[in-house]
Amino acid sequence: MADTTVATKTVKFIITRQDTPDSKPYTEEFEIPYRPNMNVISGLMEIQRNPKKTDGSNTAPVCWDSNCLEEVCGACSMVINGKPRQACSALVDKLEQPIRLEPMRTFPVVRDLVINRERMFGALKRVKAWIPIDGTYDLGPGPRMAETKRQWAYELSKCMTCGVCLEACPNVNDRNSFIGPAAISQVRLFNAHPTGEMNKEERLDALMTDGGIEGCGNSQNCVRSCPKGIPLTTSIAAINKDTTKHLFKKWLGM
Amino acid sequence: MKGNSYFSRKLHSLLGIIPLGGFIVVHGLTNYQAFERGPEGFAKGVHFINSLPVLPLLEIFGIYLPLLFHGIYGLYVAYQSDSNTGRFKYGRNWAFTAQRITGVITFVFVFWHVYQTRLQIYLGHLTHEELGSTMNLIASSPVYFVLYLIGVLAAVFHFSNGLWAFLVSWGITVGPKAQRISSYICMGVFVIVSALFILSLIAFGGDEFKEAANAATAFTNIG
Ligand code: HEM
Ligand code: SF4
Ligand code: FES
Repeated sequence: MADTTVATKTVKFIITRQDTPDSKPYTEEFEIPYRPNMNVISGLMEIQRNPKKTDGSNTAPVCWDSNCLEEVCGACSMVINGKPRQACSALVDKLEQPIRLEPMRTFPVVRDLVINRERMFGALKRVKAWIPIDGTYDLGPGPRMAETKRQWAYELSKCMTCGVCLEACPNVNDRNSFIGPAAISQVRLFNAHPTGEMNKEERLDALMTDGGIEGCGNSQNCVRSCPKGIPLTTSIAAINKDTTKHLFKKWLGM
Repeated sequence: MKGNSYFSRKLHSLLGIIPLGGFIVVHGLTNYQAFERGPEGFAKGVHFINSLPVLPLLEIFGIYLPLLFHGIYGLYVAYQSDSNTGRFKYGRNWAFTAQRITGVITFVFVFWHVYQTRLQIYLGHLTHEELGSTMNLIASSPVYFVLYLIGVLAAVFHFSNGLWAFLVSWGITVGPKAQRISSYICMGVFVIVSALFILSLIAFGGDEFKEAANAATAFTNIG
């Protein structure tokens, strides 16, 4: 019995498409055969195999980005039924139909669901989200990290630079230069590291310039949207505290 | 905006509490004298404020300049924000949008209110003693009463929610628990300060203030 129902069941998609970075977006509807345990990516693969719209007419296959297929690379991030998330971990059985797919418009759209997340990596460069250890000789092992600290720092290290938190943020838009929650949380991560801490002022300074941490308006959408459950608002408030301290220290010439 | 927006935003945030937040609380308490002690109590409150030393300087540096900077920069901050409460229906996100809407309402209301009261005194159309009667005329008109109610509630929400945001922006409330407790306290502040203003509006509209009112001189002065 299960077989007969499976054979007739279908999955409906409404996909926002865009042919070039500057052309106008439009939507197309698709209806594809259902298979058990499908996710949004396998739905898109089916459309790619047989690019026919619901009305039977042909269309160009839908473009998307994906890589790891296990929610660790962030490449497949898109807006699914109104919420930004990863397509590879979006299970069709758990989604309301028709499933609406849109690109994360906070980022420049390249084509269809493919976006350019370069600003995410630009932000990491801007705040120097790394630990400089290169030199001309072996510096030896760095100081140890306390286990209690390692435990919360590990949570912050799960960020995959996916951009969902920026898509959810009302202050990340064309009128605002706010760097976004992810990079601020990375400053907290690298400033918590015993070796990274040695350059912590540089990272705080980077957040105390135009488009830095002051862009946060506390809507707190980011923490509710992050697929990795990163405590972004705690990171932001903690860095607010550190930048405030740093500000007074600089004024007092300490 | 020129310069470093980190410093402008920090200044904006600070001015929202000191002096503006302090001012709105003192203003609420002074007005509340109208409810608690009637026209005489209110007149005393007004008199007390006017007896403060270097009052013009206090007004300029304690109110007008901070208000202008916070208000105008606030309009720019609001312009820089989207509202996405349709997609993210979370309480804090609603508060984010409300903070911006109430900021704009407060901006309009404050200028209108200052025009009706303080500016008329500067222009010589009103004396400090006649403020009670002016407020009676405003509060006994249903239209003005409702407009004042909206203005006052918007301003007090803006201050209370702003207090919550201020504590986050300066890194005073860091974790989710501290932020939750502070949100209860700020809600309490909203209820109490709103009550002060609403009760005084009601008192201003009452007969006591009508008798004190010299209708003939004051009526022409409110616009
Ligand atoms: C005159 C018109 C006003 C406008 C247009 C305005 C606008 C704004 C805006 C847009 C914000 C949000 C900033 C953010 O969250 O990123 C804000 C914050 C705030 N406002 Fe106002 N505001 C005005 C008047 C006032 C007044 C009269 C008070 C005091 C009673 C006040 C107190 C605050 C406080 C405490 C904050 C929070 C600061 C922070 O986020 O750190 N505002 N204002
Ligand atoms: S903080 Fe979370 S939502 Fe933001 S980029 Fe990292 S993983 Fe994605
Ligand atoms: S493909 Fe890597 S997160 Fe989805």
